Amino acid sequence: MDITDFYDTFFEEADELLAEMETHLLDLDVDQPDQERLNAIFRAAHSIKGGAGTFGFEALQRTTHLLENLLDHARRGELQLRRDIVDTFLEAKDMLNDQLDAYRQGGEPDPEALERICETLRRLALEEIGDSADVDVSGATAPGASVAAPDPAPQAATPSPAGGRFQVALLGVADKDRNLLIEELGQLGDVEDQEGDVAEYRVTLNSSLSADDIEAVMCFIVEPEQLSIQALGAPDQGAAGQADEKNDGQADSAVEEKSAGQEQGAGAPEAAADAKAPAAQKKTTQSQAAGESTSIRVPVSKVDQIINLVGELIITQSMLNQVAEDSDTVKDGALVTGLNLLQRTARDLQEAVMSVRMVPMDYVFSRFPRLVRDLAGKLGKDVELVTEGKSTELDKGLTERIIDPLTHLVRNSLDHGIETPDRREAAGKPRTGRLTLSAQHQGGNILIEVADDGGGLNRERILAKARSNGLAVSDTMGDDEVWQLIFAPGFSTAETVSDVSGRGVGMDVVKRNIQAMGGHVEILSQPGQGTTTRIVLPLTLAILDGMSIRVGREMFILPVSAVIESLQPRTDDLYSLAGGDTLLKVREDYLPVVAVHHAMDVAGAITDPTRAIAVIVQGEGRRYAVLVDDLVGQQQVVVKNLETNYRKVPGVSAATILGDGSVALILDVTDLHRLAQSKKDNRIFGTRSPLAEEVEPS
Amino acid sequence: MSNATALHHTVAAEAGSQEFLVFSLGDEEYAIDILKVQEIRGYDNVTRIANAPDFIKGVANLRGVIVPIVDLRIKFRLAEANYDEQTVVIVVNIAERVVGIVVDRVSDVMTLTAEQRKPAPEFGLSLPLDYIHGLGNLDDRMLVLVDIEKLLTSEEMALVEEAGE
Repeated sequence: MDITDFYDTFFEEADELLAEMETHLLDLDVDQPDQERLNAIFRAAHSIKGGAGTFGFEALQRTTHLLENLLDHARRGELQLRRDIVDTFLEAKDMLNDQLDAYRQGGEPDPEALERICETLRRLALEEIGDSADVDVSGATAPGASVAAPDPAPQAATPSPAGGRFQVALLGVADKDRNLLIEELGQLGDVEDQEGDVAEYRVTLNSSLSADDIEAVMCFIVEPEQLSIQALGAPDQGAAGQADEKNDGQADSAVEEKSAGQEQGAGAPEAAADAKAPAAQKKTTQSQAAGESTSIRVPVSKVDQIINLVGELIITQSMLNQVAEDSDTVKDGALVTGLNLLQRTARDLQEAVMSVRMVPMDYVFSRFPRLVRDLAGKLGKDVELVTEGKSTELDKGLTERIIDPLTHLVRNSLDHGIETPDRREAAGKPRTGRLTLSAQHQGGNILIEVADDGGGLNRERILAKARSNGLAVSDTMGDDEVWQLIFAPGFSTAETVSDVSGRGVGMDVVKRNIQAMGGHVEILSQPGQGTTTRIVLPLTLAILDGMSIRVGREMFILPVSAVIESLQPRTDDLYSLAGGDTLLKVREDYLPVVAVHHAMDVAGAITDPTRAIAVIVQGEGRRYAVLVDDLVGQQQVVVKNLETNYRKVPGVSAATILGDGSVALILDVTDLHRLAQSKKDNRIFGTRSPLAEEVEPS
Repeated sequence: MSNATALHHTVAAEAGSQEFLVFSLGDEEYAIDILKVQEIRGYDNVTRIANAPDFIKGVANLRGVIVPIVDLRIKFRLAEANYDEQTVVIVVNIAERVVGIVVDRVSDVMTLTAEQRKPAPEFGLSLPLDYIHGLGNLDDRMLVLVDIEKLLTSEEMALVEEAGE
């Protein structure tokens, strides 16, 4: 098996690790950093470095190594964190993302960017750790420079005698590698003595570095288990709990594998605090390893295939049930019981399979702390981000598509919603603004809200802008309608265009994206209190809440999310227009009427609107009435793509399979209106389509 | 077993012979490459698609897969298109799609050698030459060897979305 086969796994893992690193960095309290958090950040960098080394991604390895060193000092309290240092770490993390992307696309990362970030990190190490008394500068910089970088890095190799003597044992290292390692050790300190054979080769090293650092450097060349480092002249603190299979056959070896903290020995003042950290690290690593074995990565296509098959199973099962009920001869109790059991199991199975596709909203929300932090800094605002309902689950396909619209809304809230600290103070609000991202389930939908406590939308300005854009508005419009105006293309009321938002591209795209996902957006706004944008989405794209309708002898499905109400039209409420159009008066509104039998060419349907049923639907903000023969019922349907084997059908978004095994088309409310319209146009301009004529009521 | 199969293939390749599924549309007999055929099933439960050409009968559920059903009899204006218990749908795999074609009857699976396959004449057939591999000569029977993939993916069949649409 080629090593490149593992690339994808590495990239995915590295992505996750970087995301984790970012989360921890953002949550880090610089004054009182949480030890566990620092360890987690360090571990993430360490793991990426390890992978990068294995796969030969040199730039990535180099950057992570420098970062790791700094993080290591930070977690030991040798590096006093400040906000700007965390910023640098975040910057480095972004750089790692870029590098990963470059490798993923089979290229090499930008060498200039690499040098820049390496230089930044090196300088940070020099300035910050160089100042701290007990650590030599070379400790932080030399390993990275000497191993990965051929460039002239500060090589202040004047090892202070305070570091100590170590016995470094190389276990099962081949001769050629050994020389390289000893050469490397020579750069880290003075090699005083060396002896041994391939199985175990002992080197006595006098170095200013900690055992950890030596190990970190060595691990570029050998596996950790091939290495054993012991501080000499320090009291043995005991090797309790150390799994050491290497001791077998090495009875003469005084060397025991130790955790870094213990090796540090009593000589180091931070030893006591330090010993805890690596121990904790070890524990977490173990639990991580255990976690890995209980989860697997599976391509979404495979999951979808299972979902398809389970859908089939359920259809087959309901057909069987039907047969059993209809047949008089088979009234076998065992059969009925079996079928009932099958039905229950099949439903459970479907639910279980569907849940595989679901991911918590945390997946989406976790990328916002960074965005908010950066943007708020850029805009000179104080913003606190609150997220609620992180564990709310949503279809994986939807989470990916919701990120862009949400990002846009968050940007908008920060830029236009939340005021500057001074302005907030003047308005009697706390200086720090609050942005809330929340998610919750509501029936078959998920409700995602972006709420700010800023100035709210400005009704007058929106109306004025709408007028200047040539939109039809009136001062008596309700607030809801006014807020909807900002979703019009090219609409922006920002006084100045900033690089954050305000170009007027966006809100209409947000709305379109969300509609494409089968959802809709609402805005609630109170002047001075803030604005809440609410996105309502179906939980999954694979299943749709459908209303079955009958037209003639054919069945169609209307998405329930588009249906507002249904009613039987009265003659008094119907108004015929020239050209065959009909309007239906529903309370105060006149709605255009689209007959499904006309749009979809169904023969034998009810053509008299007063005998039919009008379903009021909403698509792309437009409300209209759909004439159908009958409402059959409401059910969840499995959405099947028509384009897989066929092509796009006008007025239809997808298909589904009904309980009897036949196919029903799912109507696309937006497109249906367009289709009906285009058929009418034909008539007005005299280019009657023969199809349209056939079904016209005579 | 695998040796025998390999041997069989070698023999077949040497003789230039190929297996065809033979079906009839009206009075004419047609044949398509058997390797394109996924299965044969009856005609039922087809959901009509509005605003589609008349030879596209609609879509059917083939074990969870939505498959368009094309009636070649209507397309070729060959015979009266009746649908009864004998009406057969040949499900073919073409260009990564699954399509069902309605025919009057499936008669046979036949192996045609290179000698039995003749080039098609310039005229006299209901099908444009583009979609025909050639003619098969089997004693007194004449089979039209259809390039089913080319035919079904052609613009004329309106089964595949045209580029740029």
